[in-house]
Amino acid sequence: MSIDLSRFRQTFIEESREGLDIMEAGLLGLEAGTCDADTINAIFRAAHSIKGGAGTFGFSTIATFTHLLETLLDQVRSGDRTVTRPTVALLLSSVDVVRLLIDAALAGQPEDDAPTRETAAGLRALLADTPVAGAAAADRLVPAAATGWQIRFRPHAEMLERGNDPTRLLRELGTLGTLRVTPDLSTLPTLDALDPEACHLAWDLELDGSDITAAAIASVFEWVEDECTLTMTALGLPEPGATASAGDAAAPSRPAATAAVAASSAGGEGSSLRVNTEKLDDLVNLVGELVITQSMLGQVGRDFDASKLEHLQAGLAQLERNTRELQESVMRMRMVPISYAFNRFPRMVHDICERLGKRVELRMSGEGTELDKTVIEKIGDPLVHVVRNALDHGLETPADRLAAGKPEIGVLRLSACHRGGEIVIEIADDGRGLPRERVRAKAVERGLIGATDVLTDEQVVDLVFHPGFSTADTVSDLSGRGVGMDVVRRNIKALGGSVELRSRDGQGTTLSIRLPLTLAILDGQLARIGPQTFVVPLVSIVESLKVDPQQMSSITGRAELYRLRDEYIPVLRARELFGLPPEAASDAPALLMVLEAEGRQAGVMVDELLAQQQVVIKSLEANFRAVRGLSGATILGDGTVALILDVPGLIGLTQRGGDQGRPTRTSRDAVAAA
Amino acid sequence: MTAVQLDTDTAAAVAGTQAQYLTFVLAGEEYGVDILRVQEIKGWDSATPIPNTPDYIRGVINLRGTIVPIVDLRRRFEMAMADYGPTTVVIVLKVQGADRMRIIGIVVDAVSDVCSVAEGELRPPPDFGGSVSVDFIRGLATSDGKMIILLDIDHLLNAVTTTPATG
Repeated sequence: MSIDLSRFRQTFIEESREGLDIMEAGLLGLEAGTCDADTINAIFRAAHSIKGGAGTFGFSTIATFTHLLETLLDQVRSGDRTVTRPTVALLLSSVDVVRLLIDAALAGQPEDDAPTRETAAGLRALLADTPVAGAAAADRLVPAAATGWQIRFRPHAEMLERGNDPTRLLRELGTLGTLRVTPDLSTLPTLDALDPEACHLAWDLELDGSDITAAAIASVFEWVEDECTLTMTALGLPEPGATASAGDAAAPSRPAATAAVAASSAGGEGSSLRVNTEKLDDLVNLVGELVITQSMLGQVGRDFDASKLEHLQAGLAQLERNTRELQESVMRMRMVPISYAFNRFPRMVHDICERLGKRVELRMSGEGTELDKTVIEKIGDPLVHVVRNALDHGLETPADRLAAGKPEIGVLRLSACHRGGEIVIEIADDGRGLPRERVRAKAVERGLIGATDVLTDEQVVDLVFHPGFSTADTVSDLSGRGVGMDVVRRNIKALGGSVELRSRDGQGTTLSIRLPLTLAILDGQLARIGPQTFVVPLVSIVESLKVDPQQMSSITGRAELYRLRDEYIPVLRARELFGLPPEAASDAPALLMVLEAEGRQAGVMVDELLAQQQVVIKSLEANFRAVRGLSGATILGDGTVALILDVPGLIGLTQRGGDQGRPTRTSRDAVAAA
Repeated sequence: MTAVQLDTDTAAAVAGTQAQYLTFVLAGEEYGVDILRVQEIKGWDSATPIPNTPDYIRGVINLRGTIVPIVDLRRRFEMAMADYGPTTVVIVLKVQGADRMRIIGIVVDAVSDVCSVAEGELRPPPDFGGSVSVDFIRGLATSDGKMIILLDIDHLLNAVTTTPATG
């Protein structure tokens, strides 16, 4: 009879994470001194729903823990407790604990209960130290500490019909302390009179535990208050000071229960996406239009003659528009605001500043800028790296700032905006800037450059992106291990984006990340190379021109160069590169496509330019593997497969003389997720 | 509820002893693959060749929006090439890779039959001392007096997706 809850578990976890984010944001707001009732209520509500969900799904540790959290928040909400800095710090670490617990539940590992116990003890100590006399809110049962409770629980017959399962309640009660259950079968009818959908049982319960409040028990039965008769009798009298001994019986950790949950949740983390209802409505409208167009075309086609040609053409034009709009609409579904990636930073900046003794104001703008969900997931870690760097290396301590004649509080700016078909994310600080001399010295020391090499500013900045490069003299837990910027650049490049660093001495550093809006669709130029059609991303085409044999020259008989307006650019013969048969006649290759990526140019010989069109990127790797020189494949209008050139990869070939560099993979994940 | 459970149990019991194989012909030889791995069978149509891949990879096709690589089994086994004819088909297989399932098609001369082979009837392939690779053979079976070579498609086709491109 039990409902399979496992499919809702993912939803619970996602909602809990959102709830935790809300709590965190609210708590950080509290700290800044803007303590209003709305914020507190929002925090409380988030904690409350996490607790409810956790109880339902049998995450007993989470439920027990959030219950403590909720009790504390309730006191704050009802004005019985004032918010102090230690309280906020404790609440923040509680949020962390819940997050850990949820991660553990998701990964199916038994959670590390040391932090849980510690924080729970902290919460209990705070709760035991009742701040205002007569604190208990009037509508609550008097919180009393007893050695145990005698509970009579008589569900009404229709309780099951409302979807409430008494066994779940009993299980949740069991998380509070030792529970002895005696069923009361007195009202059980004989088999012929038994209504299988009614609840005929009642229970006498004995709950042992020194720190269980009546409110805790009542909250277990909160949802069924109107559907049962409940009587509670405290066993034994509260001993003076019993509540103060917080830690000992604290947070009954139940490895057995969590292990069971672990086993069933090990199904893996399917990713899901929340979609704005407005977007969904749009989509429904478009589908409606599409259906109308389809029926119109159907009508035209039923008894078709030449006179209806115009109708047919109009219908097809409409179909084309519908399809395009539908495509755009569906793509928009995948777009989520970048605030998903930005949200973690207020907390992170707060924590790091605390640790480093710095004062930094975080200003964020353009959080509503939307980009592909896959991209958002991938840029999270690089952004964290960059923000950490800025806080650790870029921004100075208050004393240093004052000495440099700057305001005491540093500013870290995070912004995002659309520019053309790209999204630009900037992380700017007003710190000391990149120490060029030290970067140079470090580079010389590592043998990256010679001691006498003259470098442009740009080249110096570029050194930062070398693997293993770090100017930090001491390795801290924040940065300095030299696994920073090169990883950032590699990750961003893997997404088809680019990174640019600008720095001015004493005025700060700005890092700009450019990313394509989506990984799933690109504007392509179709080109024929030999008998095959290839797709070249339109953004990387600088120009296409007719080859003038006079301008071709070669170096050592192999590497070919083309002279283009006093510039020599390397030329790739696509046919050779792709092992296609060489042209029949020597003067056949007609066109040179000048491509650019990462600031470098190269020419690729193609035989013919065909149409330009938007193509949906399909992964080669999903069923096959990465292929050098190709970034993916697409399906053309006639249903055949065309391969997409990997322009950065191709240009890389001219630079490194055709080594076995892996092709960049712009498409794989987008498609895997699609 | 109970009845359904019983059914699957029986099915499992049968599968434990008797496995079904889809057999196909390759240059007169009979081969078989586990029928549970067969996603579909489709007629041969052209494929888009992929540069810098071994010649036994015919290319990729569009299978209802998914890009699926096609392996020519004759070339894979270094057998003599034959022209593709009306019976030439592509068997689309689900191949278990290290991390995920892949969909890969194989081109064969013709499909022939479905036969049941008991696990106990499988004979190990003889060792040819390296002149013929037998890694990808699960075993040999006999049906109607004919020898069927049962292939370990995971072993055979995963190599296709991991060998780095040469050239």
